[in-house]
Amino acid sequence: MEITPGTAYGFFTDTSVCIGCKACEVACKSWNLLEGNPPAFGDGYDNTGRLDAQNWRAVQFHDNVPDNPAVTGQGKAWLMMSDVCKHCQHASCMEVCPTNAIIRTEFDSVFIQPDVCNGCRNCISACPYGVIEQDEHSRVAQKCTLCYDRLQGGMEPACAKACPTQSIQFGPLDELRERASRRLDTLHAQGVPQAQLYGHDDSVYGGLNAFFLLMDEPEKYRLPDAANAVLPSRHNKRGYLTTLATAALAVLGGLIALRRRRARDDDS
Amino acid sequence: MVSLAATFGRGAMTNHWRDIRHADLILINGANPAEAHPVGFQWMMRAKLDRGAKMIHADPRFTRTSAVADKYLRIRTGTDVAYFGGLINHVLRNNLYHDEYVRMATNAAFVVAEGYSFDEGMFNGFDPQRKTYNAAEWAYETGPDGFVVLDIDHPRSVLNLMRAHYNRYTPEMVERITGIPRTDFEEVAKLVGETGKPDKVMTIVYAVGLTHHTTGVQLIRSGALLQLLLGNMGRPGGGMNAERGHANIQGNTDHAISWDILPGYLRIPAPGQQNIDDYLARSASKKLRPNSLNFFGENYRKFLVSLLKTWYGESARADNDFAFHHLPKPAADASWLSIFDAALRGRMEGLMLSGMTATSIGPDSNQVLQALSNLKWLCVMDSYATTSSEFWRAPGIEPSNVQTEVLLLPATHWIEKDGSFTNSGRWVQWKEQVLPPEGEARHDHWMLAEAFMRVRTLYERDGGTYPSPVLQLTMPYRDPRRPELDEIAQEINGRDLGTGQRLATFAALKDDGTTTSGDWIYCGHYPESGNLAKRRDGIQDPARNDPTGMGFYPNWAWSWPLNRRVLYNRASADPAGKPWDPTRPGIAWDGAKWTGDVPDYPATANPADQASPLPFIMTSEGMGRLFSNGVADGPFPEHYEPVESPVDNPLHPHQSATPVAHIYLPDRFGSRREFPYVATSYRLTEHEHYVTQHVDQLVALQPEAFVEVPAELAREKGIATGDAVRVSSKRGKLEVRAVVTSRLGPLTIDGKKVYQIGIPIHWGFVGINTGQHWLANALTPFVGDASSRTPEFKAFLVNIEKL
Repeated sequence: MEITPGTAYGFFTDTSVCIGCKACEVACKSWNLLEGNPPAFGDGYDNTGRLDAQNWRAVQFHDNVPDNPAVTGQGKAWLMMSDVCKHCQHASCMEVCPTNAIIRTEFDSVFIQPDVCNGCRNCISACPYGVIEQDEHSRVAQKCTLCYDRLQGGMEPACAKACPTQSIQFGPLDELRERASRRLDTLHAQGVPQAQLYGHDDSVYGGLNAFFLLMDEPEKYRLPDAANAVLPSRHNKRGYLTTLATAALAVLGGLIALRRRRARDDDS
Repeated sequence: MVSLAATFGRGAMTNHWRDIRHADLILINGANPAEAHPVGFQWMMRAKLDRGAKMIHADPRFTRTSAVADKYLRIRTGTDVAYFGGLINHVLRNNLYHDEYVRMATNAAFVVAEGYSFDEGMFNGFDPQRKTYNAAEWAYETGPDGFVVLDIDHPRSVLNLMRAHYNRYTPEMVERITGIPRTDFEEVAKLVGETGKPDKVMTIVYAVGLTHHTTGVQLIRSGALLQLLLGNMGRPGGGMNAERGHANIQGNTDHAISWDILPGYLRIPAPGQQNIDDYLARSASKKLRPNSLNFFGENYRKFLVSLLKTWYGESARADNDFAFHHLPKPAADASWLSIFDAALRGRMEGLMLSGMTATSIGPDSNQVLQALSNLKWLCVMDSYATTSSEFWRAPGIEPSNVQTEVLLLPATHWIEKDGSFTNSGRWVQWKEQVLPPEGEARHDHWMLAEAFMRVRTLYERDGGTYPSPVLQLTMPYRDPRRPELDEIAQEINGRDLGTGQRLATFAALKDDGTTTSGDWIYCGHYPESGNLAKRRDGIQDPARNDPTGMGFYPNWAWSWPLNRRVLYNRASADPAGKPWDPTRPGIAWDGAKWTGDVPDYPATANPADQASPLPFIMTSEGMGRLFSNGVADGPFPEHYEPVESPVDNPLHPHQSATPVAHIYLPDRFGSRREFPYVATSYRLTEHEHYVTQHVDQLVALQPEAFVEVPAELAREKGIATGDAVRVSSKRGKLEVRAVVTSRLGPLTIDGKKVYQIGIPIHWGFVGINTGQHWLANALTPFVGDASSRTPEFKAFLVNIEKL
């Protein structure tokens, strides 16, 4: 694959074929020289727990397997999903960064420049997906870079390269979106109506460059649904109107109070 | 591997990884490829995604493979013979088998000799004293010409005996034994039955979940029988596909890691065999039909003599029977179980371990630890400290009580040397050295060469009882103490001693002492043109490198035998030589020769010619064996309970377990009352056996030992995920965390509720984060399969309590 600056790239993570092997986690740590957190028992399968400074890919496991002697697997009974930074079009981390350390790159990914980051932690609380954390030693905010250095060298990101089932696909966004909608059609035709795309269009934070095919509702994967996935600072007309109305009422109230005081003053 | 050789003639995965994408239906039994073989699993996913193939996973646990399968069936561990038997019965009863294929390529029409019987769980030919069958009594009827009589309608034809044998495996019986509800079984049976049509192909994928039982060989063979009946053997997208446990297990097997063979699956000589003629009379198969090629049997002498010439050089001459007398003729077996049994009984002084850690991998670890304690010395060659080099500080052992002298010789890791790996699909792939050896580490084969040269010096100086095999062994390397793997690869390939040239095919091997080959099946991988295992013409140019479009990639590395990618591929074409399915051809007859894959058949044998050989060239029948006397526990697979089982065998309660399992320590089996739950042991995707306890990233992914407990049982016992529990068997105990899940639920077996508990194996007392864990194999029983002596790691009884 030719990787050219000026084109928007991203991930299409197809959870219907994820086998939870965590090759993405290992490849990511190996390439990005992440030490990882001290080993800790989680629930037997998910012992990574979350995305943070040391984990830029983390496979979620959601065990909904019914207690039946025969079960249809098909990627929906035991949900597995390799989670990652979404590289949002409306990236709240970028919005709140006071030093402009967080930039949109020539590959349309969201990148934290470590040498500009001042460690203020604003982005950490702003990220709706909880993907950013501060590195303990460097105090710099860290997350998936979409393997910025590999892209500059013409190589696909390490996780996509390592994924054995092509659950993680890397490529130009247009192409990925097309592939994703074809895959969705196939799954629907195979009688998997709950399969759905997440973040492939602008309904979620203006569109996610790392979008997903999910086998259940987004909430099952700890993802906000489209109704909730909007930045407070943008596209929030009701919010603006309320603010405006409140301001108008405040001014009005002030004026009334002023007149009353004047009237009182006049009386006295 | 015993079962495949007994059925088809060779002991290996019949197809190859990439080929699985051609399947319409994928049956996965005794395997968890998404976790144990995630990279190879991509081809199952491709079949599913690109062809719409259906994937059926029958397993005690709902695993990461089940998660993407079309249908998961919860099956009681060790009952796959009943599952496959039910499918065989469905296929036979409804005449869904591929009739033309069955007549062309199987021994269905062979008439079995009088005397064959099967009654109350016992075949004929049982010797109650020795507790073995005399397999020679499972013979065919021979005619006046000395060949087997054929008559498919004869009451004792293989097909009719098979019908009688399997008609007991009704869907109701399958449900009683396996726990799979009848309706779900019938749904799967319908899909399986459809693959008996020429334009449909099913593959069966399996791994040690079938092997690790006292009935392991028959568990596999029952799948093989089903595949023969449906006409799925030899065809792209079909086959019996054994997934091997690590990168080079197939190479180990080929080069005689197992005690009962010499390299290339030649049998180990037996006591009393005075010369090659005696040996061949016992080992090489004889033609049972006039046009059976019987390739192995007919050429056995060439392969043996070439091997002897490789090993003993000038000292192997026609006038001394090529030094046949130098080969050991062991009176006892040297299987894993027998080695440690001997050590346990104090009959062994020293032990050298390489490429594994005996303490962790063997069943009944506490006995293995005792066995190691009984040694005078133990030498471990490894790149890391292992549970064997550190066995003296295992939990429950007082180091000062262990008198064994333990030596740890630092060995190179595989990334520190070149050499080849042979994968499950028989591809011999050369790899380069990535890093130089660290510190004083030496290659295992250098250490062995050094030890050998020193022993040889002692024999030269002091003499000995029988010095010739040691003194006469060839060491034809530039530095005999440091052989290069490239030199060894050339030696394995073999030469024409007249010209000095390396051979291009085993067809050139001779029995007159003019050729060498260290392993005849590898002959041709390193001809004069160079090391073919280094070839890498792959997907960088599919049009050029995959001319058939079938994914054979003939110039990618080299696969044994003769770079053939799908074994038994003569059976991929009909009697006239036309592929059964033209969209998925294996080989095809073009009027003058066979084209496509490298044919598993004489390249110019015209199928129209009546004298042309039968399709399975490696067996004495010329056919795939539905009925076989190549196994020790019965000519047809039969369901037997594990040696420790929660129920009596519903088919024949008085002969519940196999009568011919190898039981070493009879007092180490538990009762159902004391140990009411079934347990099975397995691996997880995050670790490889025990060695990855030294890899920090993998330890972080899977840091601590646990067992998986069915949710319903956990509720009963008040166990929650993360709680500490004790799991115990008659042999030992584990104290670890519990993971509570519905992925292992209860089964109803013959009307009784049965729980299965899952035991991942990876932890011990050596590694980054392992602390002082008991070994999972502390629980497993020390008992072996009748043919292969493989231990029953996958089915035993335990109890569980909350701590």
